[in-house]
Amino acid sequence: MTEPIIQIRNVTKRFGAMVAVDNVSLDIKAGEFFVMLGPSGCGKTTLLRMIAGFEVPTEGQILIDGQDMAGVPPNKRPVNMVFQSYAVFPHMDVMDNVAYGMRIAGVAKAERRERAEEALALVKLDGLGTRMPDQLSGGQRQRVALARSLVMRPKVLLLDEPLSALDAKLRAQMQFELTELQEKIGITFVTVTHDQDEALSMACRIGVVNKGQVAQLATPSDLYEYPANRFVADFVGSVNIFEGRLSVDEPERAVVETSDVGQIHINHGVTGPHEATVWVALRPEKINLSKPSDQSPTENSTQGKIVGMSYLGDCTVYEVKLASGRVIRVRRSNMSRFDQDDFTWGDMVAMDWHASSPVVLQA
Amino acid sequence: MSLFSRPVIAPLEYTKRLWLRSWIAGVAFFLYAPLLVLFIFSFNDSKGNVVWKGFTFKYYGKVFQNTSLMEALGNSLTIAALATVFSLILGAMSAVMLWRFRFPFKAGLEGVMSLPIVVPEICMGVAMLVFFAAIDWPNDLPWPLSLSAITIAHITFCFPFVTMVVRARLATFNKEEEEAAKDLGATEWQAFRDVLLPHMRPGLIAGALLSFTLSLDDFVITFFTSGPNTVTFPVKVYSMVRFSVTPEVNAVSSLLILITVILTTLALRLQGKVSIAGGHS
Repeated sequence: MTEPIIQIRNVTKRFGAMVAVDNVSLDIKAGEFFVMLGPSGCGKTTLLRMIAGFEVPTEGQILIDGQDMAGVPPNKRPVNMVFQSYAVFPHMDVMDNVAYGMRIAGVAKAERRERAEEALALVKLDGLGTRMPDQLSGGQRQRVALARSLVMRPKVLLLDEPLSALDAKLRAQMQFELTELQEKIGITFVTVTHDQDEALSMACRIGVVNKGQVAQLATPSDLYEYPANRFVADFVGSVNIFEGRLSVDEPERAVVETSDVGQIHINHGVTGPHEATVWVALRPEKINLSKPSDQSPTENSTQGKIVGMSYLGDCTVYEVKLASGRVIRVRRSNMSRFDQDDFTWGDMVAMDWHASSPVVLQA
Repeated sequence: MSLFSRPVIAPLEYTKRLWLRSWIAGVAFFLYAPLLVLFIFSFNDSKGNVVWKGFTFKYYGKVFQNTSLMEALGNSLTIAALATVFSLILGAMSAVMLWRFRFPFKAGLEGVMSLPIVVPEICMGVAMLVFFAAIDWPNDLPWPLSLSAITIAHITFCFPFVTMVVRARLATFNKEEEEAAKDLGATEWQAFRDVLLPHMRPGLIAGALLSFTLSLDDFVITFFTSGPNTVTFPVKVYSMVRFSVTPEVNAVSSLLILITVILTTLALRLQGKVSIAGGHS
């Protein structure tokens, strides 16, 4: 195992009395696409800016490629950043923008040109070198910012909310392009975003940040299927959370007593403290919706009444009111063209789920 | 359509209303008629200024032969140029300081800074007179230095204008651009030179033109700070008028108006560009 390219060790950042980053330790591996995900104001951007050198940690240490970055200014760090506003220099044409860093570094003119053109080709902007930034679209300006950073051959590329200013179609396209680019050039990417779709689709690993702390560090699928706590379960994707009491906890089986849906059976042990209060997370797409039948209810099932519906094309999200008064969400794929007609407002429905679907959370 | 129907005027088409048009015409008349008369009578072939006696360029020729007047113009242009350069440096520096840093009494300093703009000129003039007398500023220096008192006075009231214009321009600066430059390896100075300064440029040009015109046609403050041997253009014109209002005075005034209008137009053009460019970030 090689040394991590970025090591964040017990880093705390305070702005006055406000703690933006609270004793975070984090390793980012060389060559991975790492995403810091969290709500706005959670400290993820501060963390990124500390790696870039624009903020100085109040406590702790940041190592890049094994070197302590304390006292190293942004212009001396082997990392480059793509800013949220792209920060393309408006008075320079595209070529000058991309070549700026090399000009400062004293790279010879011919090499400068060659490398800049290479970088522009990499981000699919070949031939636009003489354009001024105000003649470019938002997406193109972002590519300029990307090329301008990549041309410096950084050890780590930092991206601050790279897709937030793009429209939905372009965003989806850029998600693919960024991952493709990252695989092609093999530079470590560290991205900050508040958009879970973006994080799930691009990242090798995601660090979920909440209130200045890392709430969970996992691969996208682990994060979604095995959230570590209620914050992560709720922040990443949509979820129904039931509070309950852990009544049975055996190696092969666990039962949580809830007031909303009765007993929830789980087909594995959870090794939690007996009779403790726990939370069960159940994703809307893992609940099966059906017409109520006269047969006696099975394990992991409940009934309710549809009080809300939103048709999304590929699927429909139903809001179902349970006997307890609690409203939960159920997501149903529209596998045939007529599926959305099966249920409508006011229908009584039965719901069930597999015993492997619920996730027991202890925090 | 009735024969008597008038074209319909939409609620916001004020300029199509007769009463508003005549109001505008009235305002324009009172504003510009005196200037027009001044301009026309600069071509009057007469010693007096009241009766039109025929067309001539003679007085424009006379203006350029009037050595004391030309000397005054030379003084004015020198003062204006010096005042502009120093106002630009001081104004830009204070604008960057006020924009970049947070420090105690910043709001107070900002207020004090704009004081020279709001204080009545006559008070500024008297204050300058008293000040230079109090510190015993020599008024018998050789030529360019003899203008120092006036130049310093001009810098005092010009540089706050530069500060205001440049500060307004800086408010539209995206700080991430400066960070991007540093991120790409630029030092503090390189980032300033390559990113911040180009952004400030329209504000600097507008500020320079503003100080140049302000300094060129200032009378009151100059009047109080000029010595016997340092006559500026407006002061000279004033002394000419005291003897008699000849078409020569008209010609001189027309020329001054022309210079001022040209420079002000340029300044406003660049100001306009400032506000347009300020729209995007």
